[in-house]
Amino acid sequence: MTAPFLWIGIPILASPLALILRRERAVTIFGGLTTAILALVALFIPIDVAMLIGPLSLKISPSVQILGRSLSLDQANGSLLAILYGLAALWFFGAEAAGAARRLVPFGLGILGLLVASIAVQPFLFAAPMIQIAALLTVPLLVQPSRAPGRGIVRFLIYQTLAMPFILFAGWLLAGVEASPGDLELAVQSAAMLGLGFAFLLAVFPLYNWIPMLLEEASPYAVGFLLWCFPATTSFFLLGFLDRYTFLRTSPAFLTALQTGGLLMVVTGGIWAAFQRHIGRMMGYAAVAETGFFLVAASLNTSAGLQTIFLQLVPRGLGMAVWALALTVVQPQVEGFGFSEVRGLARRNPLAVAALILAHLSVVGFPLLAGFPVRLALWEGLARQSIGQAAWMLVGLLGLLTGAVRTLAVAVMADEQSAWEWNAAWVQVFMLGVGILALFGLGLFPQVIQPFLVNLPAMFEHLGR
Amino acid sequence: MIVAVVSWLAVGLLLVTSTGLLLTRDWRWSLGLLAAQYLAMFWLVLQYWPFGMAAVKLVTGWMVSAAIGITRLGLPETEEPAEAAWPQGRLFRLFAAGIVVLIAASATPGLSSLIANVSPPVLAGSLILMGMGLLHLGITGQVLRVVLGLLTVLAGFETLYAALESSILVAALLAVVDLGLALAGAYLLTSAAPAEESA
Repeated sequence: MTAPFLWIGIPILASPLALILRRERAVTIFGGLTTAILALVALFIPIDVAMLIGPLSLKISPSVQILGRSLSLDQANGSLLAILYGLAALWFFGAEAAGAARRLVPFGLGILGLLVASIAVQPFLFAAPMIQIAALLTVPLLVQPSRAPGRGIVRFLIYQTLAMPFILFAGWLLAGVEASPGDLELAVQSAAMLGLGFAFLLAVFPLYNWIPMLLEEASPYAVGFLLWCFPATTSFFLLGFLDRYTFLRTSPAFLTALQTGGLLMVVTGGIWAAFQRHIGRMMGYAAVAETGFFLVAASLNTSAGLQTIFLQLVPRGLGMAVWALALTVVQPQVEGFGFSEVRGLARRNPLAVAALILAHLSVVGFPLLAGFPVRLALWEGLARQSIGQAAWMLVGLLGLLTGAVRTLAVAVMADEQSAWEWNAAWVQVFMLGVGILALFGLGLFPQVIQPFLVNLPAMFEHLGR
Repeated sequence: MIVAVVSWLAVGLLLVTSTGLLLTRDWRWSLGLLAAQYLAMFWLVLQYWPFGMAAVKLVTGWMVSAAIGITRLGLPETEEPAEAAWPQGRLFRLFAAGIVVLIAASATPGLSSLIANVSPPVLAGSLILMGMGLLHLGITGQVLRVVLGLLTVLAGFETLYAALESSILVAALLAVVDLGLALAGAYLLTSAAPAEESA
């Protein structure tokens, strides 16, 4: 048994199997159980260590050769795999409540397998085409048959496709920089290429306009899944570059560019959210700000910064899942997601609105919620380097908070006579309830995810040391 | 000597096909030009890769053209809707293509010194393809045109990258990307069709 077969092969093979299943609940259980089992295996069975189970000796080999290159997942990747597949299980179990299981589970399994392959491939540079193939798989997930594709999906396709050539070419240039470290011109050219590639890939300012567009035209749950799984894995790809190339890691200009890009995303995401009148697009701008937080944390280039990136993994996945599910649950009860259409929604579906607001506040870093410890740690780290930059982060957070308060104000703006209703199926109530409890749980006891995070720095040889 | 002459002829063919893709409105012509484009690309890649690996590019390219063609053939014949924001005249597009060719011609010598092991025809061909593809993406929002633009950009990149990296895994992954892009485009075309019919 090899680790790549377990965590890459099985999800990719399970993907077409899930397409065969016709009932929404069967697909949900199949996808949820598959990913939950993979998460548990990653958590409890060490890679490359022989284990005796009765008379049987079990060992998961870390790598496999494919076409002259290797796919390798070692012990350090175990925690990351457990987090990724654990969160994927949450998304897949929630897919039934969102009514999206028959599309999300089959394509989601394939996408997840490919994204894990992008983490495993050696040399790591070849992750770029794998991420591109995963991006292509999102097309049938995001566009329903017999519905005209909008501008958002077309732009998403263009930007993701343009990212790959830039990153692959930057990788080739970087090999040249390694060979002749004194060539400053080549170093600048390679850093610029790499920056452009990741700007397209991570939807860095100003290339994120497809995110709010997509949230207007596609299922919020499918877009939410995309906004969770792509940044969660591609951010490790960027960290891999920083870890591999010393001159990038130590270049003040590159780190400043990273920080400025991140803060621009936080500030613009916050400001657009503050003035937004569409609760779907609001989630998009929050996702933009989340990516900005990651870039800021990466730019700190300290072990604390790296820990902040890892700490962000679970709250981001959880918050996005709860937010996307809440939007999907209220979708049939409103004509659109504009403020005028969701007015008084809190009386028609109080639980979904509460989940939506709490997920939003978690992104802001509101006390007692999952995002609070992460924002606090990042803010503290940033303030140590520059008070001015920390102030800009505050501007972004205040913008996001304004968006949350405006959404809440509109949602509770109902006639006095209108009755409270409970328009949610039991499975929706259960999933939203679990999500809300988890948001509070992670906010009150952030240390519960610490055992998952403790091995993650071992994935990188130099970063944060 | 003969190889160099044929390579420059291939660059000429790439210029004609990529400009033709920009100018023509007929999807049949577009797909024919795309297939011819992959033939010229195959010749340029052949200078760096063995025949078997280079043939993968050609076969993939033709499969891509066939996949899009078969999908388009099954859709009703409708006139392409006019683009909202850009000048649509052929003269304008020809002028823009001329600028791309000028940029490619002026950038090739400089890049030759940066990437010493890539021959000038390969560099010129890849720059023309990438430039024309980007121009194509810049002036259209229609699904078929966007897919053709992306395939052109990727063809340009793959031509250049073949001279730099000969890994079989990368060749296989890039072939999957091309095919995946064609299939994604085919899916989007069929999704768009009923809406266009009802409009």
